[in-house]
Amino acid sequence: MSYTISSTRTKRSYRSSTNRKITLWCWLFITPNLIFYALFQGWPILVNWYYSMLNWSGLESSQTFVGLSNYKELILDTYFWNAYKNSFIFMAGTVPLQLIIALFLALLVNSPRLKFASVYRTIIFIPVVTTASIIGIIMVYIWGADGAVNYILLRLNILERPINFLADPKWAMFTAIIIFVWKNVGMNMIYWLAGLQGISKDLYEAADIDGANKIQTFFYITLPQLLPIGLVITLLNVAGSLKVFDMIKTMTNGGPFFATDVVSTYIYRYAFSSEMGMPRLGYASAAAIFFTLTIVIFAVIQVIVNKRTNAKGVTKIE
Amino acid sequence: MNRKIGWTLIHIPLILLSFLWIYPFLWMVSASFKTDTEFFSNGLRLIPASFRLDNIKRAWNVANFEQYFMNSAIVTAAVILIVVVITATCGYALGRYSFPGKKIFIAILGASMFIPLEFSMIPIFKLIKEMGLLDSLLGLILAESGGGHVLFVLLFASFFRQIPKELEEASIIDGCNFLQTFWHVGLPLAKPIIGSVVIMQFVWTWNSFLLPLVLTLSSPENRTLAVGLYSLQGEHVVDWTGIAAGGSIALVPIIVIFILLQRYFVDGMAGAVKG
Repeated sequence: MSYTISSTRTKRSYRSSTNRKITLWCWLFITPNLIFYALFQGWPILVNWYYSMLNWSGLESSQTFVGLSNYKELILDTYFWNAYKNSFIFMAGTVPLQLIIALFLALLVNSPRLKFASVYRTIIFIPVVTTASIIGIIMVYIWGADGAVNYILLRLNILERPINFLADPKWAMFTAIIIFVWKNVGMNMIYWLAGLQGISKDLYEAADIDGANKIQTFFYITLPQLLPIGLVITLLNVAGSLKVFDMIKTMTNGGPFFATDVVSTYIYRYAFSSEMGMPRLGYASAAAIFFTLTIVIFAVIQVIVNKRTNAKGVTKIE
Repeated sequence: MNRKIGWTLIHIPLILLSFLWIYPFLWMVSASFKTDTEFFSNGLRLIPASFRLDNIKRAWNVANFEQYFMNSAIVTAAVILIVVVITATCGYALGRYSFPGKKIFIAILGASMFIPLEFSMIPIFKLIKEMGLLDSLLGLILAESGGGHVLFVLLFASFFRQIPKELEEASIIDGCNFLQTFWHVGLPLAKPIIGSVVIMQFVWTWNSFLLPLVLTLSSPENRTLAVGLYSLQGEHVVDWTGIAAGGSIALVPIIVIFILLQRYFVDGMAGAVKG
């Protein structure tokens, strides 16, 4: 009797000491990631609020606290609102196109009856893995006056004289949207394929037995089943298109005449470029905060919608 | 029979589409073989008159692409190593154990997932500067490794959660501690996830533009390929054959690696939306 009691006791104390040890190990294991998070994501989130209240050209000695005046100036700057508006035009142009074209391609490529499906999938995916800034530079030629796009349009008599698409204020935004969609459709196709492959075969069999045709099956089975993953894909696209920088910077640098100036190029211009004279890091931080809040609001709305539709989202872990 | 013809006909638009998708790359590679005269008279032809390597050599030696290539390779390799180590350990702890602070940790990582780099850029720039690492490859490596890596941590965590407890218990009976169990039991099993993380991080770091652009503003010798090519565009009258050659140097490795390892990449991407 006494033997069992002491044995449980030692067992218990042994257990709590191993538990403590495991907790320690666990924290040891998550600390490196935590450090990289804290330095390069956590700290920026905190300190940006302070930076945004500074008048600051980058040198330590030049810092002066100016309160909310950067924000005031920002709200009154028509160029900022132009960039803000352009970011949303860019989003509204790219996201639906990407989603629809990619879904269409995913349905095609997913069909077991299509030969060479994996070849098509690979080809459509290639632009996704290539460097956006380099694509941007190459596209300046391809959509330029001597490039292939003009060549074909002239040959087909659609155009009378060449248009330098990315340098024409009327066409630059449209062209940037088309090129961005071209680059990212492959990624969306992979997302949709993941969704399609998650749909249970039984549902299709049941629909087949009930005599549903292809179109009915698509609208009553495929589409509703894809809805939860579709919301996640939409959010990834919205966030991705709102923070576009590399391609815009290399294709148009926000021009011509600010026609493609988005918030990220606006911020860059004030923070790191010499175009505007002395850098204004505080002002640029205010713009960054203002815009990031917009993205976060979108994310929150999506998470709420997602919860309502009972989706398995990216943020879900257990 | 009709159906069969239908399925064959569908290849026509798909082939056309595929051509549109690879045309820019074909154009770039072929332009990198052309002489300037050939480029101006025949800029659109996809098959160059001869496969001369003059432009590639010029980009490699004169335009400093040798240096840029080395920088890209060093930065990418170092970042992959760091990221795999920190996310695998983190995912292991989160996936296999529950411990005080776990929930908060996950919530913090998840909450900042949508913070764009543009937002963090100024503080990161300032931080690297204050560490005395501005204009050094080390600074670039650290900054590129920064962030919460939510996607990778979750990929590892959900993988490690599925490993049967018996394997772990066996290794503990064999006298392995936590670290040894992770190293000898967990990590070897996680090879497919490591593959996904390596290829995805490779693509992201190799293609990264804003960070290396900002962190090498005053040190051209530390530019990566993406930034080096951009500076080529800005410097003189646009030298398209040189740009095409530089672009080929930068893009061919990543396309080749992707085609070889695409399964891992696609699995990782799919994991991002499947949760």
